[in-house]
Amino acid sequence: MSRAVQVDRPVFGLRVARFGLYAFLIMSAAFFLLPLLLIISNSLKPLEEIRQGNLLALPVRPTFDAWITAWKSACTGLECGGVRPGLWNSIKIAVPSVAISTLVGALNGYALAQWKSRRANLIMLLVTIGLFIPYQAMLYPTVKILSSMGLFRTYAGIVLVHVVYGLPYTTLLFRNFYVGVPDEISRAARMEGASFLRTFWSVILPISTNILVVVAILQFTGIWNDYLLGLIFAGNDNLPMTVQLTNIVNNARGSVSPNVNMAAAVITAIPTLVVYFLSGRYFVRGIAAGAVKG
Amino acid sequence: MRAWLHRQSFKPDVTVAVFFGVVTIFFYGSILWTFYMSMTRSTLMPSYELIGFDQYVKLFTNYRWLVSCMNMVIFGVLFIIGTLCFGALLAIFADRRIQAESLFRTIFLYPLAVSLIVTGLSWRWVLDPVNGLQGLMRSAGWESFTFDWLTNPDRAIYTLVIASIWHSTGLVMVIILAGLRGVDNDLWRAIRMEGVPLWRAYLQVIFPGMRPVIASCVVLLMSEVIRGYDLVIAMTKGGPGIATEMPAKFAVDFYFARVNLGLASAASIVMLLISLVMLTPYFYSEFRKRI
Repeated sequence: MSRAVQVDRPVFGLRVARFGLYAFLIMSAAFFLLPLLLIISNSLKPLEEIRQGNLLALPVRPTFDAWITAWKSACTGLECGGVRPGLWNSIKIAVPSVAISTLVGALNGYALAQWKSRRANLIMLLVTIGLFIPYQAMLYPTVKILSSMGLFRTYAGIVLVHVVYGLPYTTLLFRNFYVGVPDEISRAARMEGASFLRTFWSVILPISTNILVVVAILQFTGIWNDYLLGLIFAGNDNLPMTVQLTNIVNNARGSVSPNVNMAAAVITAIPTLVVYFLSGRYFVRGIAAGAVKG
Repeated sequence: MRAWLHRQSFKPDVTVAVFFGVVTIFFYGSILWTFYMSMTRSTLMPSYELIGFDQYVKLFTNYRWLVSCMNMVIFGVLFIIGTLCFGALLAIFADRRIQAESLFRTIFLYPLAVSLIVTGLSWRWVLDPVNGLQGLMRSAGWESFTFDWLTNPDRAIYTLVIASIWHSTGLVMVIILAGLRGVDNDLWRAIRMEGVPLWRAYLQVIFPGMRPVIASCVVLLMSEVIRGYDLVIAMTKGGPGIATEMPAKFAVDFYFARVNLGLASAASIVMLLISLVMLTPYFYSEFRKRI
């Protein structure tokens, strides 16, 4: 179908222009691939090869030693447990944060889409502004609020922060989706006597699978890649992988072994990359939707 | 009362109220609180005695803060222009029935899935003068090759620009590509009939027609600039010296490492004001018709 639509798109007719086009695309691809490929290839080198200093050279004797060290015995300051505990912490933080912020966002989004009031747009404006507030303007009071609840630097605390800070975003995405869902569906359910929550749970959620996946993927990427909130709110026992990674890299005590640092970086990046490659279409649709209306 | 409750359970009002309450407390309440703190003498311990705008005066006579703001402007302008141009070019090309489009798109977009921490570390290693690109060229026989931007105080900020263009170009490409796909075929037909050169068609017809799409790209990139923290931490830690300090890092440092609550709060409020001023035109055009 997209072919048919594009028939009228002008095409560079000249061979030379066509060649230039591909040359540009291939050079761009090289630019995007370069850093990742370099750190992967160097993380597979033994230390002697790294010391020879040729970044571009492929590993002569590839080995997973650096990966194993990065995984379980690289030092982050005082402890030497590699990124493994960080991986577990990140999973522990990301799974409930993503699930709760997505589901609650869906409920809020549906409520806002259904809420027929002249003030609905004002709320939308306030929520949209909320997306762009720099975290710094909320950090200290959030610390205070969590301390007063006894949640500062705890596992429940970091999950709560991710959920609350993520809510405006998830709510907006769902609201924009539900505004386009025909009202008859909700009205029919209400005629049958179903309450608001009941309608949401049994009628609306089942038709929202696509948007649920999109939002969950965006939230997962955001939360997994978060650094600042984890650093401040997670507490030493729950530090996420990104924080562990910087601690390993910046650890002055350990001997300098770039291959271990690079392996740790690759391991940290793997989960979101896997999600991206498995879910390409959803991922793209998500950023486009979130961006254009957000 | 029972009847009222019963009626409520069929309406979204309660959910909206709870949600709005959370947003109000955590977001707007926090902002007010931060603003209040910025008007006090608080340092290590919070103090609730108001002293007016002294902290703001201190802030704008703080050399490090001024450098941070200057850096943000330089970084922001170069990053936004660079990302927009690069992303728009890639989108134009991707809209031209190229071979292997999805392969290219996958490659251009994957950096978005990589955290800014890993992005910063990777580029720090690639651009490292001793072990990175420069060392590589020199050991290959080009003794005088110099690319030491990462450790050069006058140039380090540009390495941040390179790394963040790498990270965000895919985002701009996807958004602009979605806009291009929405351009009417009749428009293209008219352009072809008039015999307008392609580059002029894009600059004078297509992109001006996509102003809202481009505006949302700019808004997204701008909020990334103002929030920029992770990348600086991973790549330069603000150095060499204070050459790559940014306001976001200034605020966090003064909150948690140097524990000067009043000054950090003032810095945060200024950051907030900057983002609101930058975003006002966008919100105005988005919400004017609706409220």
